[in-house]
Amino acid sequence: MLSTDTDILAAASAWRRDGRAVALATVIETWGSAPRPIGSHLVVDADGNFLGSVSGGCVEGSVITEAIEVIDAGSPRILEFGVADETAWRAGLSCGGRIRVFVERID
Amino acid sequence: MRAEILEVLNAERAARRATILVTDLADGTQRLVREAEIAPDPLAGVLGKHLASGKSGLVEIDGRQTFLTVQVPPVRLVVIGAVHISQALAPMAAGLDLALTVIDPRTAFASPERFPGVELVAEWPDAALGSRVPPLDRYCALAALTHDPKIDDPALKAALTAECFYVGALGSRKTHAARTARLAEAGFSPEQIGRIRAPIGLAIGAVSPAEIALAVLAEIVAALRRAPPPEVA
Repeated sequence: MLSTDTDILAAASAWRRDGRAVALATVIETWGSAPRPIGSHLVVDADGNFLGSVSGGCVEGSVITEAIEVIDAGSPRILEFGVADETAWRAGLSCGGRIRVFVERID
Repeated sequence: MRAEILEVLNAERAARRATILVTDLADGTQRLVREAEIAPDPLAGVLGKHLASGKSGLVEIDGRQTFLTVQVPPVRLVVIGAVHISQALAPMAAGLDLALTVIDPRTAFASPERFPGVELVAEWPDAALGSRVPPLDRYCALAALTHDPKIDDPALKAALTAECFYVGALGSRKTHAARTARLAEAGFSPEQIGRIRAPIGLAIGAVSPAEIALAVLAEIVAALRRAPPPEVA
């Protein structure tokens, strides 16, 4: 798990060096049965290519969409997904968990 | 995140050194604290705690939500001696996420049939370490289990020099007294020699090889999680 997440940071760095615009998403808080631990990373480029996971597949789609917006806007965001949230329910975190994800652009 | 921070983070990881990235979640400002910079840092207490647990997490600092991304090198366990205890230890070490290497120059002991799926090196420890096996460092534990000074001693010397977070050696008190004398003769200080756990393993009254393996692994976990992070020279 640990090596996987650090490999994602290495990929983020490599993508940046290739001149791609990159955002990094990090799980900063979890409640209940969240599928990925705190500190898990997902790296996204402006075309929506991504590596890693923040939820094991449930909310990645929404995170990628927001990450592309963060790449455009520049300022970081905190996303929250959980069963209480209509969007998140649609996004599919139906395991009953809730997660908060920090999304930042690599400048 | 600034690209320079990401570069340093990755470089420190490649060098097997710990770092903590401190992110202010309100405005996204960040700073990277290297292992050696933790002690003098104003947040030394909370950073040290997170470093010891190896876990990232959210903390509140001066009323501001702050995320600590903790990057700790994966812990390696090097066992000297492809002995019965090591056979029992291998599957337990895998369950604890310890990257295990077993070194024993005696090919009759170090046979793949005895250690299926285990990283096994049938060489003398001083020849193997730094060539076929990456050099020891502070995120390594070393357990010397052969009883044979010709095999154990070079590995113990390498472990003490590399400041492994755990150094243990099998053998009775009498065996250890003789070992202590040999290491002192070789120029190791009483403080260095005192770091060797002997008799090896937590005192749980272990009898069978599996019980001794459990005692050794429990002692390694205690050394990893309970002690403050090692000082950097």
